[in-house]
Amino acid sequence: MAEKIKAEWFSNIRGDVLAGIVVALALIPEAIAFSIIAGVDPMVGLYASFTMAVVIAFAGGRPGMISAATGAMALLMVPLVKNYGIDYLLAATILTGIIQILFGVFKVAKLMSFIPRAVMIGFVNSLAILIFMAQVPHFIGISTMTYVFVAITLLIVYIVPRFFTAIPAPLIAIIVLTAAAIYSGAKLRTVGDLGNITQTLPSFLIPDVPFTLETLAIIFPYSIALAIVGLLESLLTASIVDDMTGTESRKNKEARGQGIANIVTGFFGGMAGCAMIGQSVINVKSGGRGRLSTFVAGAFLMFLIIVLGDLVVQIPMPVLVGIMIMVSIGTFDWSSFSYLRKAPRTDAVVMLVTVIIVVATHDLSKGVIAGVILSAIFFVAKISKIKVTEQLDKEGISFTVEGQLFFASVDNFIDAFDFSVENKDIVIDFTSAHIWDDSAVGAIDKVVIKYRENHNHVIIKGLNASSQKMVDKLAIYNNEGANLSAH
Amino acid sequence: MYEKILLAADGSDNSVRAAKEAAKIAELIPSPYTLEVVYVADFSKAKNDVLHSQGKEELELSRRQKILPIEEALKAKNISYEVTILHGEPGPTIVEHANSEQFDLVVIGSRGLNVFQEMVLGSVSHKVVKRANCPVLIIK
Repeated sequence: MAEKIKAEWFSNIRGDVLAGIVVALALIPEAIAFSIIAGVDPMVGLYASFTMAVVIAFAGGRPGMISAATGAMALLMVPLVKNYGIDYLLAATILTGIIQILFGVFKVAKLMSFIPRAVMIGFVNSLAILIFMAQVPHFIGISTMTYVFVAITLLIVYIVPRFFTAIPAPLIAIIVLTAAAIYSGAKLRTVGDLGNITQTLPSFLIPDVPFTLETLAIIFPYSIALAIVGLLESLLTASIVDDMTGTESRKNKEARGQGIANIVTGFFGGMAGCAMIGQSVINVKSGGRGRLSTFVAGAFLMFLIIVLGDLVVQIPMPVLVGIMIMVSIGTFDWSSFSYLRKAPRTDAVVMLVTVIIVVATHDLSKGVIAGVILSAIFFVAKISKIKVTEQLDKEGISFTVEGQLFFASVDNFIDAFDFSVENKDIVIDFTSAHIWDDSAVGAIDKVVIKYRENHNHVIIKGLNASSQKMVDKLAIYNNEGANLSAH
Repeated sequence: MYEKILLAADGSDNSVRAAKEAAKIAELIPSPYTLEVVYVADFSKAKNDVLHSQGKEELELSRRQKILPIEEALKAKNISYEVTILHGEPGPTIVEHANSEQFDLVVIGSRGLNVFQEMVLGSVSHKVVKRANCPVLIIK
């Protein structure tokens, strides 16, 4: 145990501390921008990023992954904040945590690996589109100066990293352009216009909501959506970090850890969060591997806010907008365009439907659920294609069945037979088929009995062991005098 | 003669050409030698790779498929080799591996980028030449 703690926390101290500091610097603008998306004070996102990162450093299942306030979660909570206020958001955050812990305990996290990649690609693409759309009101048609600042920010964040990578480029953009805005006196909206920064540590509080079923009914749909989206993004991020570091993570432990982190976050006045793909990649690239890196990221972020809070309120909004545009460009999966051409038609449709539903409803969880259901339907449709080939020989007729026989394919199966023949020997060969359920056995029964009605002799052969067992247990055609009415 | 050769491969045409040249060198070596084919799974493509594969096995498979043409080129010449998949940024990762494992020779294909592409993408082979402690053979 002590060995393990040492390996997960202190085996890479220098790399972890440096990477943690880099991530903290990169996190600040995002935490503020996501708070603005959610419609809450910047402190709500900053507190969330602090508590999420610090708690997940201890409770998570993927060392080196960064969790904080995220865009995916912020987008989900917009209507809740707008209609009911911040206290309901905090209550929903706590409930999100409880649901995620349950997901972890009941191993639902494992199930999430079954979510088709078409849905996941749709998920990140629609997330990118929504983050971009959320920026539009902050820069379209405000002032020429706003456009100029957005453009300069984009130039800085895309060109500077080519030559200099020690300090995250977004931070350079913030420092340079905030200074430029203050000295030039340019008329720009600032973070301070949209909320307050308080230079204090978060403190424990119980959300001021009535503890009634009505409250639960309000927050539950949001919490369920937050829990699903949070886990989805966290587990995707965990897989990416797994791949980058060539190590394994514990997915169910991560789900529980996300839950614990959200509960703590809710009680300390933060908004629900989850793992962040972009920040986790920055962390690993900067040399972060262990739990210490995540801890340092959260702790250093809080330290910076306490020290520099006065300056943070002066950050011009167009700079944050520019950084968020960069985030949305980075989130979007640009290979989707070739994916649409190369992937199977049905996968492409699933991906597009996921994106369209999310963009239409502004709810990532709805898109994911629709995508999963649609791909399940496509899957059933695909494997329900059953092939029956007929062959006439001198003794009679033989049929070869190929494919999966189950509720979705029985109709096709039965339609393949012509029951008008009389007094023939009929062989049905199931060597290349599998019998899955009652309706499959029922269909075989129906075929056999119908043939017998016309005085044909039917032989079933080639059933594999489990199919045979199923037929022996359920089929009635072996009974004397069996007829269709028994079904 | 060289005893430990590192062949850096990304599956591109240039890296297949590099494999053929590495095979020519290996053929000349009378004593036992090691030829290690190194594929670097690029950090900046990690998100894309994970997103487009259903699970770890498929990801592993898709990477092995990328170096398949290289393996074929070596097999055709009956060259014995081993494959290592590393994770990181290609240039620095190849350099670190070459130096820490004390290779005698690094063989690498040049992507043949123009000036602009090189500014944006950075030349992996340039980085390797600059920082590797052993001779580097660039195949264009």
